[in-house]
Amino acid sequence: MISADIQVVLPELLLSVFAMIALIGAVYTGKDGVAGLLVWITAAVFVALALWIGYAPAETRVAFDGSFVDDGFARFSKVVILLSAAAVLVMSKEYMERRDLLRFEYPVLVSLSVVGMMVMVSAGDLIVLYMGLELQSLALYVMASLRRDSIKSTEAGLKYFVLGALSSGLLLYGASLTYGFAGTTLFSGIIDAASDDVPLGLLFGLVFMSAGFAFKVSAAPFHMWTPDVYEGSPTPITAFFATAPKMAAMGLFARVMHDAFGGVVGDWQQIVAFLAVVSMFLGAIAAIGQRNIKRLMAYSSITHMGFALMGLAAGTAFGVQAMLVYMTIYVAMNIGTFAFILSMEKDGRPVTDIDALQMYSAKEPLKAVALLVLMFSLAGVPPLVGFFGKFYVLRAAYDAGLGWLAVAGVIASVIAAFYYLRIVYYMYFGEEREALDGATNPVLWGFLVASAFVMTFGVINLFGIEPLAAAAAQTLVN
Amino acid sequence: MGNLLSLTTFFPLLGAIILALFLRGNDEAAQSNAKWVALATTAATFIISLFILFGFDASDTGFQFVEDREWLLGMNYRMGVDGISVLFIMLTTFLMPLVIASCWHVSHRVKEYMIAFLLLETLMLGVFMALDLILFYLFFEAGLIPMFLIIGIWGGKNRIYASFKFFLYTFLGSVLMLVAMVGMFTEAGTTCIAACGPDIVGLMDFTFASETFPLLGFQVVGGMQTLLWLAFFASFAVKMPMWPVHTWLPDAHVQAPTAGSVVLAAILLKMGGYGFLRFSLPMFPVASDILAPLVLWMSAIAIVYTSLVALVQEDMKKLIAYSSVAHMGYVTMGIFAMNQQGIDGAIFQMISHGFVSGALFLCVGVIYDRMHTRDIDAYGGLVNRMPAYALIFMLFTMANVGLPGTSGFVGEFLTLMGIFQVNTWVALVATSGVILSAAYALWLYRRVVMGDLIKESLKSITDMTGRERAIFAPLVVMTILLGVYPSLATDIIGPSVENLITGVETAQAAYEPATLIAEATE
Repeated sequence: MISADIQVVLPELLLSVFAMIALIGAVYTGKDGVAGLLVWITAAVFVALALWIGYAPAETRVAFDGSFVDDGFARFSKVVILLSAAAVLVMSKEYMERRDLLRFEYPVLVSLSVVGMMVMVSAGDLIVLYMGLELQSLALYVMASLRRDSIKSTEAGLKYFVLGALSSGLLLYGASLTYGFAGTTLFSGIIDAASDDVPLGLLFGLVFMSAGFAFKVSAAPFHMWTPDVYEGSPTPITAFFATAPKMAAMGLFARVMHDAFGGVVGDWQQIVAFLAVVSMFLGAIAAIGQRNIKRLMAYSSITHMGFALMGLAAGTAFGVQAMLVYMTIYVAMNIGTFAFILSMEKDGRPVTDIDALQMYSAKEPLKAVALLVLMFSLAGVPPLVGFFGKFYVLRAAYDAGLGWLAVAGVIASVIAAFYYLRIVYYMYFGEEREALDGATNPVLWGFLVASAFVMTFGVINLFGIEPLAAAAAQTLVN
Repeated sequence: MGNLLSLTTFFPLLGAIILALFLRGNDEAAQSNAKWVALATTAATFIISLFILFGFDASDTGFQFVEDREWLLGMNYRMGVDGISVLFIMLTTFLMPLVIASCWHVSHRVKEYMIAFLLLETLMLGVFMALDLILFYLFFEAGLIPMFLIIGIWGGKNRIYASFKFFLYTFLGSVLMLVAMVGMFTEAGTTCIAACGPDIVGLMDFTFASETFPLLGFQVVGGMQTLLWLAFFASFAVKMPMWPVHTWLPDAHVQAPTAGSVVLAAILLKMGGYGFLRFSLPMFPVASDILAPLVLWMSAIAIVYTSLVALVQEDMKKLIAYSSVAHMGYVTMGIFAMNQQGIDGAIFQMISHGFVSGALFLCVGVIYDRMHTRDIDAYGGLVNRMPAYALIFMLFTMANVGLPGTSGFVGEFLTLMGIFQVNTWVALVATSGVILSAAYALWLYRRVVMGDLIKESLKSITDMTGRERAIFAPLVVMTILLGVYPSLATDIIGPSVENLITGVETAQAAYEPATLIAEATE
């Protein structure tokens, strides 16, 4: 019996073992000297695991009496998480090496947080959920303050930790209420308790847990940590925050809402719709004043989370599918954008002021075009792939009778278009000035151009993610 | 020949890709190569599009040259042309080589400039051919990107303001349309507009619910149709542009480079009118009927108000921009007259306005290139040194006024005739616009061209070069040809429009009893 369970959690198990071996191995050998190598190995392990999980037979398997679920939805999310984490690791190597930030703990922490994320999207039980979430979060808190001698980085880590602890508290409180009223921590048990005549206490549990998840996906009004943490953390860590953990948290949110509370869609739909509409508008409006590109991307991610939540708010299989498509596209766009941000430097120092992009197109035409494509894609202008993400969630929301949410969403997207356009304006219509220099690292260049390429040519068939997302959503909602 | 439409649409894109990949450097030779490649591409596109025109059977009211391929999420890549769209396609392919030829003197980032125009051509052609809702939206909206860049990079002093205003204004209009499209997808279960093959009822034949329902304390007469109609209206009215959402147009026109203004006035604005004919009328006939008076009066106000505004402009491009708004007023009025003359006239007016306003912007471009100012006051007496220019400018001024014998007259006359049968008061107000247009156009002409040449700076101005004359020649021919022999166009438009009107009238007739019953039971 136990061996069957182990079979199911094998990828997570292997990755944890890998992380521990890497930690001990690095301590006993070259310490930071082997960090560069370790980054490559870790990325390779991620890609290998992603391929393994991606090509696994399409079946739903549960382990440990249902507290760990390995279904199509979990596999889809895990592949996105693993691939984006691998991409960010590879992107960050050269940047961190040159700034003397590349410690051997970094790939180990990324591995551990990825294990946490994989457990999150597979959780079938409140306790497993919490374990995954905390493993992920603790690794992320440390990573935020990786630059120990920088006040901003330490501040980011501390802020993230304190606010994260608060949200974990809310989540735990919600979970204990849920347990109290449902009598079980298993999602399969909760869904029986939370059917037609749902007890009030269970609803309270639902609300508190939603607040905790909203914090993790940085949805307004629980978004306050995002801009500061994004700005304070070293840029590669910001790139990581903006991609894999967002996918994991969104996956977890969907998992709990459908697996545990799928019987009371009407009760949580309005909560999620509220989070969505507030996030979209807050992100869109607050980003207008930002001059720092990392803060700007923080608000941009809040807006995007609002859109992804719009898909979740639909409460249907199509909504989950739309959310998965949206998140995949979002992650792909953000990898490209952060590859660009990582390459922004002057005299060897990183630059984050968008003013530095003035007339960038005259100097680096190809990179400017790639960023232009990404900006229009983030803004959701067709024919770029970002538009299709929006189209899917709008359709999901409308189908579920949330027409008003769709209208609110598109209006927010017009407001948000302004600041994406402003970056294009700086690059193309600005004034000539001494701005950025430094040769671009070929890895970053590759990710930037590949991302722009994907955003442009995805119009043909979205690279086939649509049927995959549909199949994944079917396993979660049926 | 099965892919003729795709070939026409994507041929300019091919040219753009060749430019992007194979053209290096920014010296004289590279610039001239870029221009020649762009010119050759657009000319070849025009030749290919001639096959569409000559292969088109005007007596067939259905869609022709239909292409259909599977795409995403139940959407299809579906293209086709009918009598309404074929002339817009020809207008686009006809004008683009002239537009490219008109920017021969550009020297700032030539390669990118040419790529932007070629991309724009692909997107504009796609708009007129798309037979799938989302495909249409894709082309319709994507056109904003190159136009935003054209205004922003190659525009005038205040280009940043103008480009942002252009983008955000049109974007806001369009996203509301997107929500409506999503709604239609849900209601009808397909995004196919027409010619969908068996088993699928296209949106043009689908009847959207028109039962009145309450929303936020209001009774929405015409129900779903009215809401969808309004969302589409938000997009097309901005694109058109109709009063009072026209304010982006003068800014965009003034700041855009000459070629950008020409494309904007001659083709991009027509997407709004085309949209009304392709979506609003056939898909929401009941809502169109209910809201027609609103459109008619907005058009009448547009004609009179913007003509008056045009009178006081100091900037030539702004004046022509306002005159465009006034002329588009005739178009919306003709469309929502919903009878044969009105719609025939509206389409004719759009085609004619494509030639005439394009030519007028080119006329401004000719003297702007020489004097680098668009102030009317800076000119005067040009006839003394530029007789050929004076003649050509005269012709297009007259066409703009709607003098019989030019294409401008036919469109105005038909729309006024159409509207007179529907709403005499609107016709009365709109007709006064004919006089006002004569006033501003002739006054502009008098101030720029007539009189003595007293300004020192103008003493050495030269007349049009051979290249400029060659650009104007086809426009002159088309303007006069359509003026004296309008059946050339109306024969193609006619059957499709008749078919459209029959469908609209049937749907409206079916609605009226329902309203009467509702009233009787109250």
